[in-house]
Amino acid sequence: MKYKSISTFADLLGECELQEVTIFDIAQKNEANLDDIKVNEFRKIVKKSLNAMQDAVKSGLKSKEMSLSGMCGDDCSRLKSFYSDSHALFGTIFEKIVTYALAISEENLRMGKIVACPTAGSCAIVPSVLIAVSEEKNISEKSQIDALITAGEIGRIVSNKVSLAGAVAGCQAECGVASAMSAAALTQLLGGTPRQILNAVALALKNLLGLTCDPVCGLVEIPCVKRNAFLAVHAVTACELALANVESKIPVDEVVDAMEQTGKLMSPMLKESSQAGLAKTKTAVRLEKSLRK
Amino acid sequence: MRQSSIIDIISPIMVGPSSSHTAGAVRLGLLARHVFNSHIRKIKFRLYNSYATTGKGHGTDKGLLSGILGLGVDDTRIKNIFGSDIAQHIEYSFEYMEDFNRHPNAVDFIIEGKDLKMTISGESIGAGEVVIRKINDFNVKITGHYNTLLILYKDSVGIISTVTTLIQKEHVNIASMSCDRSGKGQIASMCISLDGELNEKIVDVCQYIKHVHLVRYIKKLES
Repeated sequence: MKYKSISTFADLLGECELQEVTIFDIAQKNEANLDDIKVNEFRKIVKKSLNAMQDAVKSGLKSKEMSLSGMCGDDCSRLKSFYSDSHALFGTIFEKIVTYALAISEENLRMGKIVACPTAGSCAIVPSVLIAVSEEKNISEKSQIDALITAGEIGRIVSNKVSLAGAVAGCQAECGVASAMSAAALTQLLGGTPRQILNAVALALKNLLGLTCDPVCGLVEIPCVKRNAFLAVHAVTACELALANVESKIPVDEVVDAMEQTGKLMSPMLKESSQAGLAKTKTAVRLEKSLRK
Repeated sequence: MRQSSIIDIISPIMVGPSSSHTAGAVRLGLLARHVFNSHIRKIKFRLYNSYATTGKGHGTDKGLLSGILGLGVDDTRIKNIFGSDIAQHIEYSFEYMEDFNRHPNAVDFIIEGKDLKMTISGESIGAGEVVIRKINDFNVKITGHYNTLLILYKDSVGIISTVTTLIQKEHVNIASMSCDRSGKGQIASMCISLDGELNEKIVDVCQYIKHVHLVRYIKKLES
């Protein structure tokens, strides 16, 4: 197969349907080609990230250590003990997804090892869903790598249009894109078609437009840690709608355009500068003062 | 501009919590270590703006020191670097500044070795991407994406072509190049980003070119 430059989701879908293959097939061949390596060498690099994500879940589940600021770090353990007595309304996969999301996010803020996906602040949204569902449904490592490549391809196409930095486009570009990537990974994992995968991306992203980045004390803690758990679940909603052939009436490329425009229109005070929103609430200001001491 | 790849999106494997404030700090430290490339006796880190105000909570200080000591972004020793064995033989201190003429995530490394002193300035520009902008008073651009040849020399006729000819003879392509000088005939800098690997012998040869003061070959960082 010859290399074909893909810069929009329309290009990607067109190529998938033309060649009758799925997203990761096209993506892995293109990436290997660009880096001048073999496809299996490329997959080995992806496997390294997947394995590091699995390790982050394991270490996160074991720890209760607080972050450097002392504001966060023990919520995963709270959730674990809650689920040991009573089960989640939505069943064990749901329990695992939210528990793993907090485990990885808390591991991040206590300076543990994680995989930025796409950023460190949004590092739990893709792996929590990917790993929890794969464990519960006994999905092979090969299929998990396929799904992670799919997620990476989604992030790549978005990032070549909009910077995935909270300071540039707000949290919609970090946790929002992570949730869209996670929806894509899950749809791939559950056997969705390229069209369904891209609908999942559009649906997830569309419902997070305008998400602000207003972290308390300027740290990747409040609201970032818990937001990872919320947006992991958000990805599942997008995936299920897409698998049911619910279409996003606004095509995914146009959703990305809307996100770019929204990011530009958002006040810089709500883009990682901690000058407004949650970061300037009474309690946040009090926390900031006590940290300075 | 360099476009993102899938691997950029699903990496790096790093210690948290922030790609710009933690992983970026380690990468800046690593680049400064390679630029100095000599035993470091004493170092002062001067952190600016967001690096100064939110640096402690993000482990920016720990990241910078860890990079200077040669640890990678995924090294779990970063968290406990202060007071660890690896940090025993270096005298380090931190200063926190506000200067809105500087980038929000800027840092100066003021380094003293046995008989070499250097001030290296860098910025963490987002998603773990970094740039070394200044060495002493010279503008440079070192990102860690390319093998980079850095030369400080006395501005004089033919130095640039001598160096680029040596690179050409190695069949290595120059990706980009920038030069700066304090004045005609004064000290100047040359910063060359390369697509391939340079034979270390060429680096030695450059040391012997007339008027050349300092040569550094800074290898690209692992992503």
